[in-house]
Amino acid sequence: MPRLTTPTDLANLRKEAITRREATPRCVTICCGTGCLATGATDLAATFEQEIEKRGLEKKVAVRRTGCHGFCERGPIVVILPENVCYLGTRPKDVPEVVDSSLVKGDLVERLLYTDPESGERMVHVDDIPFYKHQKRILLENNVLIDAGNILDYIALGGYSALARALTQMTPEEVLGEVISAELRGRGGGGFPAGWKWETTRNAPGEPKYVIVNADEGDPGAYMDRSLLEGNPHGILEGLIIGGYAIGAYEGYVYVRQEYPLAIKNTSLAIEQAREHGLLGEDLFGSGFDFDVTIHRGAGAFVSGESSALMSAIEGHVGEPRPKYIHTAAKGLWDKPTCLNNVETWANVPFIISKGAEWFRTMGTKGSKGTKIFSLVGKVNNTGLVEVPMGITLRDIVYKIGGGIPKGKKLKAIQTGGPSGGVIPESLLDLPVDFDELTAAGSMMGSGGMIVMDEDTCMVDTARYYVNFLAHEGCGKCVPCREGLRQMLNTLNRITSGRGQEGDVELLEELSEFMQQAALCALGQTAPNPVLSTIRHFRHEYEAHIRDKRCPAGVCVELIAYEIDPKKCQGCGACARNCPVDAIYEAKENVYAIDRGKCIKCGACITACPDKYQAVRKVHAEPVLQPS
Amino acid sequence: MKRKEKAILDIRDDLRAADEIVEKHAFKKSALIQILLDIQSRFNWLPRHVLRWLSSRLGVPLVDVYTLANFYEAFSLEPRGAHTIQVCMGTACHVRGAPELLARVSALLGLKPGETDAKQRFTLETVHCMGCCALAPVIQIDGQHYSNPSLRKLQRLINSLEKGEEEAACLG
Repeated sequence: MPRLTTPTDLANLRKEAITRREATPRCVTICCGTGCLATGATDLAATFEQEIEKRGLEKKVAVRRTGCHGFCERGPIVVILPENVCYLGTRPKDVPEVVDSSLVKGDLVERLLYTDPESGERMVHVDDIPFYKHQKRILLENNVLIDAGNILDYIALGGYSALARALTQMTPEEVLGEVISAELRGRGGGGFPAGWKWETTRNAPGEPKYVIVNADEGDPGAYMDRSLLEGNPHGILEGLIIGGYAIGAYEGYVYVRQEYPLAIKNTSLAIEQAREHGLLGEDLFGSGFDFDVTIHRGAGAFVSGESSALMSAIEGHVGEPRPKYIHTAAKGLWDKPTCLNNVETWANVPFIISKGAEWFRTMGTKGSKGTKIFSLVGKVNNTGLVEVPMGITLRDIVYKIGGGIPKGKKLKAIQTGGPSGGVIPESLLDLPVDFDELTAAGSMMGSGGMIVMDEDTCMVDTARYYVNFLAHEGCGKCVPCREGLRQMLNTLNRITSGRGQEGDVELLEELSEFMQQAALCALGQTAPNPVLSTIRHFRHEYEAHIRDKRCPAGVCVELIAYEIDPKKCQGCGACARNCPVDAIYEAKENVYAIDRGKCIKCGACITACPDKYQAVRKVHAEPVLQPS
Repeated sequence: MKRKEKAILDIRDDLRAADEIVEKHAFKKSALIQILLDIQSRFNWLPRHVLRWLSSRLGVPLVDVYTLANFYEAFSLEPRGAHTIQVCMGTACHVRGAPELLARVSALLGLKPGETDAKQRFTLETVHCMGCCALAPVIQIDGQHYSNPSLRKLQRLINSLEKGEEEAACLG
């Protein structure tokens, strides 16, 4: 492959790539993001290829394996281009029919289309589906059109033209100025203005300087960085190279957690292809600017996502945070000036350079510009990745895009910001989503996890869940965080097991305040947020656990028991057959009962009991008090 | 005597494999985490003799090697089972019933999270978010995801793995 040495070379290659793409007028794109792969996208893509070959259509129809489309709930997702027909939940057995009607006859396979749950109307095109219609997809848009293993796909869509522009038509100061004027804020959680950070690193004394992509996405329930890296790694690389140019860094790192093997594979491949095309290496586009990238696999530690900890890990040490008397922007990796940004932040950069800061500022609110990708998960009908302009209300995200709460249940709260964030109660649903508004409500933007919780979710258990997570994932370096979290976890465990005492809530508040002030890094300082925000908005749930020894949502296992209603039980025995510990016996003819001594409360019986009987139920139970 | 000789040969093979990995990373001390990750995926755990070897090959104190091996979750200092069963405890899975699913799997296998059975067939683990929240609660068995499998399905999956292990034992 000849190296691209001028912008004209890139433009020519782009033309060639477009011609190649257009040689086959139609294309079956199959989402091969993690969610769809888990539901069988690999087999599906292979079946499509076989079927198309069998019918001799391979000259007319291409098959493309793309990155995540976002609508993970209904995967595997197939989109037929150029018509943009969207089929959901397609299985290999559906393939002959799809090929027959959609590709040969120009017809539709009705049953695979999206059906509006209210009107029952079938929707044909991607943009008709409410899940997509109310989004503003900029970063995710390319995911759908690109095979991550093929750099030409990215180039055909205008990829690397922002880099060519930056390197040949702009000075590093101009690039920096553009990013500052776009008011891009870091998407990893803190929301610090990216341009300022770049400038600090640029002006800091010391050579060499480094730039880092933080893809140590540890927030449980968030997976947008993974999808971007898997689906369009070149977009992130391009942003990183532009950043390197503006900052004056010649070396970049991509820190990916090893739990994301596909992201590592696709990024490695992208780096290789970029090198082959002269987009990484020496003298990029004849500008005299050299740049190269190394991948570092993270070995699994939530705290390593913190910037100074991540840099320690790249150096080969334990990923523990360092005191930040001097910011990492000035003294980071190997004590050199280092600029670290999240995957999504870097992904925004090529768009800002090619479309301009002014365009970027047209989206969003006063303090938060652009779009943000959220992973909308939990108790919501349309689970998936959604990209929305900043300032959209939570209500729009949950109801218009997410399609509301399953089984007609009532929404209780939305958790944002992961373990550093908090819960937002139903009453604040009209809150516009931006960095400052969420912080004011006691939560935070975080990296973009949005977990929807309904009436069956216990808020005390939620707080306990996060504190437990942090207590295990913290590094233990500073005492306030290590001991503070341990005491909080003890207290929460006591409350959720029915041994809570008056004063426990106040104790939690006191511990929280202490940690916020005394912990070393942001992980420890924000760790009490899930506890404080659940106390703030759901104090009554804490009180119910402490005073009445009841879990109102029926979640905390030590405060509930399973029971079979003898009047409803029809004696089918499904529950007994599905009990892993043989705790269910036939109490009298055709009526089963649960032996509470044996029951491990795994819920298998509730799932097994046929919907028409619904004889198994959870009841409140007195906690069995153990000597504490 | 023969058994002892074989054990020595096995160790030699292990160290040769470790050497290949170290060479791939150009003996760089800063690449220690990357080297340990490669060792972990090659052996499925970090054997003590390999860690000692690494320490001398790289000139890194053994205590530093163990500090890393203890700190990061990807590393295991005990042999793991042939099959890894991971229950996702991410937030989305948690609110959709991951604790119940874990209780079921744990009861079926007779293992607590983090444990490996005596015959080294299965290791049960919990992980935080696999990034397929739409399938919540999700369990991954040898890399394959399953969305909230029923008890029957879990039993079938585990039985088929057990059967495979028995056949392999007969052949081996």
